[in-house]
Amino acid sequence: MPVDIDAAVIENRRLSADYNVLSLAAPQIAAAARPGQFVMIKTSGGQDPLLRRPFSIFEVLRDQSGEPSGISIFNKRIGVGTTLLSRVEAGARLPLLGPLGRPFEPVDPPAEAWIVAGGVGLAPFVTLAAALQARATPTTLFYGARRAEELYCVNLFEDLGVTIVLSTEDGSLGVRGRITVPLGDALERRPLGNPVKLYVCGPTPMMRACAHLARAHGRACDVSLEQVMGCGLGGCYSCVVLAHGADPSTGLGAGGGKPHHTRTCIDGPVFDAQRIVWDAVSGH
Amino acid sequence: MDLSLQIGSLTLANPLIAASGCFGYGVEYADIVDLSTLGGVAVKGLFLSEREGHPPPRIVETPSGMLNAIGLQGIGVHRFVAERLPELRERRAIVIVNICGTTLDEYVEVARILSDAEGVHALELNISCPNIKEGGITFGCSLPGTHAVVSAVRKVTRLPVIPKLTPNVTDVASFARAAEEAGADAISLVNTFLAMAIDVHTRRPKLTNIVGGLSGPAIRPIAVRMVYECRRAVKIPIVGMGGIATADDVLEFMIAGANAVQVGTMNFVDPFIWTKLMDGIRAYMTTHAITRLQDIVGTVDTSAREKAWISS
Repeated sequence: MPVDIDAAVIENRRLSADYNVLSLAAPQIAAAARPGQFVMIKTSGGQDPLLRRPFSIFEVLRDQSGEPSGISIFNKRIGVGTTLLSRVEAGARLPLLGPLGRPFEPVDPPAEAWIVAGGVGLAPFVTLAAALQARATPTTLFYGARRAEELYCVNLFEDLGVTIVLSTEDGSLGVRGRITVPLGDALERRPLGNPVKLYVCGPTPMMRACAHLARAHGRACDVSLEQVMGCGLGGCYSCVVLAHGADPSTGLGAGGGKPHHTRTCIDGPVFDAQRIVWDAVSGH
Repeated sequence: MDLSLQIGSLTLANPLIAASGCFGYGVEYADIVDLSTLGGVAVKGLFLSEREGHPPPRIVETPSGMLNAIGLQGIGVHRFVAERLPELRERRAIVIVNICGTTLDEYVEVARILSDAEGVHALELNISCPNIKEGGITFGCSLPGTHAVVSAVRKVTRLPVIPKLTPNVTDVASFARAAEEAGADAISLVNTFLAMAIDVHTRRPKLTNIVGGLSGPAIRPIAVRMVYECRRAVKIPIVGMGGIATADDVLEFMIAGANAVQVGTMNFVDPFIWTKLMDGIRAYMTTHAITRLQDIVGTVDTSAREKAWISS
């Protein structure tokens, strides 16, 4: 059950002009959070912007005794709300509603997990990598950005024993090109008998390309989608995507037939990539 | 302290109602809000059959408000009765079903089905959604149309009938009068204001539907004025809404003439708003020694202003 906490900002760690990691004190949310879930944050004390913004839970923070004490979010400055969150200072308070959404389901060995992240799409994967590590599932992170300076927080994954594959569009680090280049190569080389599941988050064209690769190679693939969201609780029907098949929360869409508008907040943000009608997905 | 009110044969324990389109079918909120503590729950608008609604993006924020063009996505009246109503009954919610139609016959058919369903307490007639071209708004923007829908539904149900009025007309009070004459038990207002937002870089509308309905605190003063005008035009109860965010906003609507209120957009911002509003109303009643909340309805005192205006 989600709770609303007036969370204190513990730290605002600025990674660059556009990216920051915001740590927030929220023990109840941290204790209940599962990999890939999100929170709704009120970015202003006033009414502009009016609505909360959805953010993946980036890290679960722990106190000295190892108890969950808070969460962090991985923020990219894009609009008014994210700009406010890039500037906020320690000690400020932000209303924080969560945890929300359908989480990732981590696979168990001998299956392997391949995490595929583009840009700010890294956000839901630290919690997933931690859950995979706890199951001793062999995990690889495929992480792409435009240039080396925009590949952030790789150490968090290294610390969890994750194998790292990087790519940059300018070739300044790792494989030159988009992350689908090394991912495609790895899928080609993979013997069919060895199960592997893909977990993908990033720009829409990247997720669409990964969904096609996964289908072509017969691999399971979950995506974490972000849509413009009004409430985060299933009340407003703003955050829909066109999807095939039945929704987990309501069974709507069961019986097949035409795809239907399903809510990203309560039937996602994590979806089987093959359910999504990619040509109808808005966003970049 | 008496916070109750009467709409036709229905008693509401308090004036706080979750607004249609802003609270799903109620069940989405059942784990975090005790539905039985609300005056009522106005569920998402229902047609006879399922509807997919408009393609996203469906909302965009504007200063102190938001535009939406959801397009009345919904599960249809049959699935609602079979799959959602049992839980609402179990949670002891006062259920106000918002009903839609593309034709007069569809309104009547949906009303009939709901009148036979156990656990439906009132019907709110959606004749005011600005995002659907066919039906609905065409009834709500014509005085004979409003009269026709309300009378037709009135004939087939014993449930309280509450037409929801659009603000996108020249004189909303005349529509309130038409609804009252046609046998409405109450009216609710306002639905959203038809509005538009454009991305100047792409020169494209920010909503797929091009236009949408504006809601939130930005519209509140206009909604308060319209409730005030309707109070002077009709005797039946008024359910006021438009950007209510605090207990003072609830009280403002009531003093303007509303017997009850609905909260929509601000429930998105704070789903725990209900207890805060209730606490604020009770505190106000204590401060002002009010034992019966309905006593403040329509008590706005304009006399001093009128005198000042005349003498100036």
